[in-house]
Amino acid sequence: MQPGLRGGRFLLLLPALLFVLLLFVYPFLYGLFLSFTTASGAPTLANYARFFLDPWESRTIWVTLWISVPATLINVALAIPFAVFMRHGIRGEKIVTFFLIVPLTLGTVLVSEGMLTYLGPNGWLNQLLQGIGIVTKPVRFTHNYTGVLLSLVIQGFPFAFLMILGYVSGINPDLEKASRMLGASRLATFARVLFPLMVPGIAICFCLNFVMAFSVFPSAMLLGEPSGPTRVIAIAAWQWAFEKFDFNTASAISMVMALIELIVISAVLVWRNRMYRGASMVGKG
Amino acid sequence: MQARKLTTGAVFFFLAMVVYVGNVLGILFTVILNSASKGWYSGVLPKILTGEWYAYVASDHNIPYLLFITFVVAVTVVAAAILIGFPAAYVLSRSEFRGKAALLTLFLLPMIVPPMTYGIPLAMVLYKFHLAARVIGVILANLVPIVPFVILILMPFIEQVGANLESAAQMLGARRWTVFRRVLVPLTLPGILTAGILSIVKTISMFELTYLVAGAKSQTIVVALYADAYAAGARPPQAVDALAVIYFLTTMVCLVIALRFVSPTQMVFKIK
Amino acid sequence: MKDFTRFDIRDVTKEFDGKTALSSFSLSISHGEFVTFLGPSGCGKSTALNCVAGLLPITRGEISIDGEPIDDGRRKVPPEKRGFGLVFQNYALFPHLSVFGNVAFGLHIRKLPKADVLDRVQAALKLVHLEGHEGKYPAQLSGGEQQRVAIARCIVLEPRLLMLDEPLSNLDAKLRVEMRNELLALHTRLKVTTIYVTHDQQEALALSDRIVVMRLGRIQQIGTPQQVYSDPANLFVADFMGFKNIWDGDLASLHERADGLDAEVVVAGTHLRARLPYAEGDPRRDALLAASRTDRKVTTAIRPEDVCVGKNPDGSCIRARVMLVEYQGQASFVTARGDSGTTIELRPPTPVRMADTLELRIAPEKMFVFAGSRE
Repeated sequence: MQPGLRGGRFLLLLPALLFVLLLFVYPFLYGLFLSFTTASGAPTLANYARFFLDPWESRTIWVTLWISVPATLINVALAIPFAVFMRHGIRGEKIVTFFLIVPLTLGTVLVSEGMLTYLGPNGWLNQLLQGIGIVTKPVRFTHNYTGVLLSLVIQGFPFAFLMILGYVSGINPDLEKASRMLGASRLATFARVLFPLMVPGIAICFCLNFVMAFSVFPSAMLLGEPSGPTRVIAIAAWQWAFEKFDFNTASAISMVMALIELIVISAVLVWRNRMYRGASMVGKG
Repeated sequence: MQARKLTTGAVFFFLAMVVYVGNVLGILFTVILNSASKGWYSGVLPKILTGEWYAYVASDHNIPYLLFITFVVAVTVVAAAILIGFPAAYVLSRSEFRGKAALLTLFLLPMIVPPMTYGIPLAMVLYKFHLAARVIGVILANLVPIVPFVILILMPFIEQVGANLESAAQMLGARRWTVFRRVLVPLTLPGILTAGILSIVKTISMFELTYLVAGAKSQTIVVALYADAYAAGARPPQAVDALAVIYFLTTMVCLVIALRFVSPTQMVFKIK
Repeated sequence: MKDFTRFDIRDVTKEFDGKTALSSFSLSISHGEFVTFLGPSGCGKSTALNCVAGLLPITRGEISIDGEPIDDGRRKVPPEKRGFGLVFQNYALFPHLSVFGNVAFGLHIRKLPKADVLDRVQAALKLVHLEGHEGKYPAQLSGGEQQRVAIARCIVLEPRLLMLDEPLSNLDAKLRVEMRNELLALHTRLKVTTIYVTHDQQEALALSDRIVVMRLGRIQQIGTPQQVYSDPANLFVADFMGFKNIWDGDLASLHERADGLDAEVVVAGTHLRARLPYAEGDPRRDALLAASRTDRKVTTAIRPEDVCVGKNPDGSCIRARVMLVEYQGQASFVTARGDSGTTIELRPPTPVRMADTLELRIAPEKMFVFAGSRE
C-alpha cells in the first residue's frame, strides 16, 4: 500500500470522482434544491407541505412501510435459519444457488409479469390449492397487497439468504464446536454464539433489503393496486414528476424517501451496535 | 444416546426449497406456456399451442431493434464503466490516504441507494441538459449504479496482483504504460471479464432508471415489457408473455455465459 | 458429572468418503492419566481426539466410560452431554464475549447462580494467572493469554476429561516452553485425566504419562516417554523420536537370549554388533527371527548422541570423513561420510572440523535393528 495520493494517482481517480459528483451528487443536491423552491425558483416549503398535508399523498409513507417492513422482516427471518442450516455446505448446493439467483437475474419486471398469470385466478397456484382442497375458491393474489408482498419476498429472499449465508460461512466453525463441548445444545449455541456474531451481517442485510423494498415500483404498479392500497411512495414521486410535471414536489417526495430510508438504516445500526459490543473480528483465534 | 437419523431441519429445508423452486419454475413455465397457447383459461396445460403471439409481438414491436438498443446500451455502459472504474479501482486498491474510507463510501453509494430514490432528480438533471429521452441519456443514467459495481468487483482482482509485480517489472526497465499494458491488464483480465459480464446481465434487467429517464418508448426490452404489462388491457396477455419470453431468453443466455466465469454466490453480492 | 475410573477406546475405525482416517484404534486410559497422541500431520491424532469428544461419530468400534458405551458406531452421546473439555488449536474464544464471558460460558449454560459463577470464574482465572483480565476481549489479548483463557474456560467446568488439540503450536518457541511448564503444573495440581495431541515429540516427552505414537491412522506404539524414547517399537517410531543413522543392512548372525537378541549386522561397510532388548513375545523379536530365515534384510537406527568418537575395545571402528558441521553450542550436529558412502550423523561433544577423518564406535546396547528394508 502506498501512502498518499501523488499527482498521477489522483488523475486516475479523477474520471470516477467526476462521474460520481456529476451524475450522483449533483442530481441529489439539485433535487434537494428543487424540493425547497417553486417552479420559478423562489424558496418555499410548499412542496413538502403539499406532500405531508394531503392525506392521499402522506399515506404513501405508511403504505410503503406497511409493505416493505414486513417483506424485509420475512426475508431476513427466513434467510437466517436456512443460511445457518447450509453454512457447512449441503449436497446440491450449486443447484440450490442457481435457482436462487434466477429471480434476481431476471429482474422485477419479469417476475412481476409472470406472477400475474401464475398467481391469477386460473393460474397454477390456485389450481393446486383448490386441487389439494386447501381452498374452495381461487385466492386473490394479484392486484392487491399480497401480490406485491409476494413479489418482494421472491426477489428479496434469495438476496438476503445468499448474503447471510456468505456471512455465516465466515464464522470460525470451531466456535460452534467449542460451544457444544462447553455443554450448549444446538439451540443454545445458535442463540449465544452464532446469532450474536451474525448481527453485523444481519443488520447490513436488513438495511439493503429494506431499502430495495421501500423503493419498490414496478411490482407495485403491475401486481398491486397502484390507485389505492398499494400506492407506494415511489409511485407518488413518479406521478408528480411525469404525470403532473411538478418536478419540485416530485423532488421533495424523493428527498422524503431518502430521509425515511436513512432513519430506518440508522435505527438498525443503533440496534446492531448495542447487540455487538465486543471485538469486530469474526471468530479468528 | 442420540440415534443418527435425518434431522427435522433437513426435512424442513428440503420442503422449503421445493416450495420455493416450484414457485419460481411455476412462474417461468406459466409465462412460457401462456405465450404459446390459445384459449388457456383453465386446466393445467393449454389445449392449443400456437406461435401467433410471437408473430403478433414481432409486428407490434420491432424486436431486432429492441434487442439492438438493449445491447448497445448494455455494452456501452459496461465499456464506459470499465474505462472509468478500472483506474479508480487501481488507486483504491493500491493507495492509502486520508479520506479513503469516505471516498469509498461515496463511490459505493449509488449501488446502495435504490434507483427510485435518486432516479427522479437524475432524470430531471438529464432533462435539463437535453440528454433525456435519448439513448445517450439512458446510457448515462445506467452508468450510475454500474460504475461502483465495476469498481467493487475489480478491487479484489487488482489486490490479488501484488504491487511487487509492478515493481519487479519497473526494475526490469519497463515504463509505466508498459507495466500497465503487459503486466496489470493481462493479470486482471479475469476480473475485467467478470465485471463486464456481470454488468451486462445487470444492465439488461435494470428498469427504473431507463424508465425514468426516457419513458416507455425508450426501447430497451425490459422497459418495453413493463409498458406492455402495465397497459395489459391494450394487448392480449399471451402477447405480453411472448415478449417476456424473449426477454427471459436474452437474460438467460447472458446468465449462462456469466456462470461459466463466475460462481453463483459471487453473482449476488455484486448483482444488486 | 461423575468422574470415571476407566475410559476405553476399543478397536475404533473412522472412515470419511472412503478414506480411512483411523483404524483399529484401541486404548485404555485410567483416571488422572496424561496421555498424548503423537504423530505427523495426517496421522489421525486429531480425528481420534474429535471422536473421543463426540464431534465426529465413529464408523466402527466402541468408546465407553466404566463399561457404559458413549459411542458404539450406531448411536452416540452428543458432545454437550459428555462433560469433557476441549482446548482448540486456535483457541476458539468467543470474540463477542469478554474474558469473563468466555470463561463463564459453560456455567451460564448450566444456569448456575451469579455468585457461584463469579467465584468459579475468578478461581479459574487465578489458576491460569490471568486475574484482572476479566473485562478484556479476545482481540485485545496476546496468543499466550488467549490460550490461557481457553484453558480456564474448560477447567472452570471441572471436566472429567480434558483434551488439548495442539494448543502450543501457534506460540513462539519461548512461550511454548513457558506454557508447557504451566500445563504440567496445572495437571499436577488438578489431576484431571488429559488427552493431549501434538506433533512435537519434546512436548510429548515432557508432559505425558503415556504416549500413543500414530501414523496414517494406526497406532504404532503405546508406552511411557522412556519406552517410546529408548525402546521404539518400529522404524517409524524410532525415526520420529529422533533416531537417525537409518541404514539398510544384512543380518550376518542372530543369537537368541532369554531377554533379548544379539545380532551382527553388515552395514555401513562394516560389521556392527547390536544387543537388542527384544524379549519373548516381542513382535520385533519374531520379525527379526523370521528375517534371519528368509532374506536377512534389516535396518538400523542409532541416535546421533550414541555415535561416539573412538575405537571399540577390540580395535575396530567405523572410519568416516566430516562433511558438514552445524554449530549448536553445547554439541555440534555433524554429518560424516563413511568409507562405504554411508551418511553418519553424530553429536560429538568435542569440536571437529570439516574434512577431518574420524574413528567412530557404537555401543551394542545403543543400536537398534529392525527387520525389513527402509520403505
